Amino acid sequence: MTAAVETAQTTTIDGDRVSLLRVLGPAHVWALGVGIVLVGEFTGWNFSADKGGALAALIVCWIVGLLYTSVAMIDSEVTSTVAAAGGQYAQAKHIVGPLMAFNVALFLVFAYTMLEVSDAILLGDTIVAKAGVEGLTHNSFIAATIVVLAWLNYRGVLMTLNVNFVITAIAYVSIVILFFSVSPWTQGAVLKLNELVTPGNALPYGWIGVIAAFQFGIWYYLGIEGTTQAAEEVRSPARSLPYGTMAGMITLLIAAAMTWYVCASLMPWEYLGITYYPLWDAGKLTGSPLLENLLFIATLLAALASANGCINDAARAWFSLGRDRYLPSWFSAVHPKYRTPYRSILFLLPIALAFAFIADLNQAITFSILSGVLQYTFMSINIMMFRKKWPLGTIRRGYTHPFHPLPAIVLFCLCMVTFFAIFLGFGSQLIAMTVFYFLISLWFHFYRYKFVRRGDQFSMPWPKPQGY
Amino acid sequence: MWMGLSYVCWGISVVLALWMLYDWFKVDTTYSEDVLTSSREGELEAVSEKHRI
Repeated sequence: MTAAVETAQTTTIDGDRVSLLRVLGPAHVWALGVGIVLVGEFTGWNFSADKGGALAALIVCWIVGLLYTSVAMIDSEVTSTVAAAGGQYAQAKHIVGPLMAFNVALFLVFAYTMLEVSDAILLGDTIVAKAGVEGLTHNSFIAATIVVLAWLNYRGVLMTLNVNFVITAIAYVSIVILFFSVSPWTQGAVLKLNELVTPGNALPYGWIGVIAAFQFGIWYYLGIEGTTQAAEEVRSPARSLPYGTMAGMITLLIAAAMTWYVCASLMPWEYLGITYYPLWDAGKLTGSPLLENLLFIATLLAALASANGCINDAARAWFSLGRDRYLPSWFSAVHPKYRTPYRSILFLLPIALAFAFIADLNQAITFSILSGVLQYTFMSINIMMFRKKWPLGTIRRGYTHPFHPLPAIVLFCLCMVTFFAIFLGFGSQLIAMTVFYFLISLWFHFYRYKFVRRGDQFSMPWPKPQGY
Repeated sequence: MWMGLSYVCWGISVVLALWMLYDWFKVDTTYSEDVLTSSREGELEAVSEKHRI
């Protein structure tokens, strides 16, 4: 506590300057990353069973796990060097250039805002489904979710992520409790995997079904890269970010495997692929009211934790754009008391509310996934450029990922497969988003960039890159 | 009970939204724009190099 206060005092007001607070540790980084992602175990991943069957959902669990392990490794290396709010935006700015950075920031804001919207809709729908009251709509619960979490974020990052740590941990423990409550070591007692997944129905649409399943397999881990947005608020970025991110990824791989095993052993793939509440349904199917209620509460908490982390991350990305004048600098204001990017939080609040009231869950999820995959594609190129411009030994890295360039190549190839899968399911949205990013890039290049103070935006004390 | 909870949610949302708007107005009228937007990426990094834990 004392250390946190001392650190805060040295990083708050320095003369007339106001900056974000460095008060977070590795546990907060874990809470941010896993908090954003864990909702994917409670809903989302299971739609991959609809695309390709239960076995396809397991195959993509591991292959997409490989994609995200690459993301976590690459992200940990770069962000342990470029420790600034904005995460991948700041990385792109220093390594690739301003236009890429602008696009990456928009990917981030879209991915997190749409995920926040999806979380709020899920939470509202879950409560309405539980209540079963005629005339009750999800609007009030959506509004409360978004406004209360925005208020929490407005009031300070430490409390925001302390809350996220607690509710994420409860949601995670509920999956572990469910897993051990159904005697996972004994087939036939409660679980019936050998009856529900047979050679005849394991891959009902063959291998093209496995490819199509990638689109929703992303939900097992979507958002773990959000840990980097805390870079400017952690006490020791070079240590905390890689540690929190990798620990989060390990946690999620375990949760994903347990979730698939229990759900595929309790529900036929035809139902599993269309339900919005696979884990809550699994709790119901055990016949235990205690497990049913636990998984209901855990679904709500996972949605809350995810929306909370998304508000935090989207606001930091937007704030960073303002600070570099890629957007009006008005957005770069920091609250003098709470040390949060309060104007960015408030600006994104009505946008999230509007989308939550007019968009449906599938549209919001698809926009979030699309923006996420665009960002991962960038990361595979980014790390190649980073290692080429600043080889090992030329700058200090908090973490160096092994087997380079294999993770980058794996990441790039899996992103291409995922784009193809999205094209199969949501081709028009994919094209619409690509056109949007192209047009906004033209606006930035020909109009907005003249307002940017070009020398000020490159703040890292690095040597000149090789070849320059 | 659920309808009551729904009204409580609306109430909380309105109260917190108004509080944030009030605080936003108060902060923006108390501090100069130069102070509020004074955060710098590089400077923050430089400060962090000196911090004591």
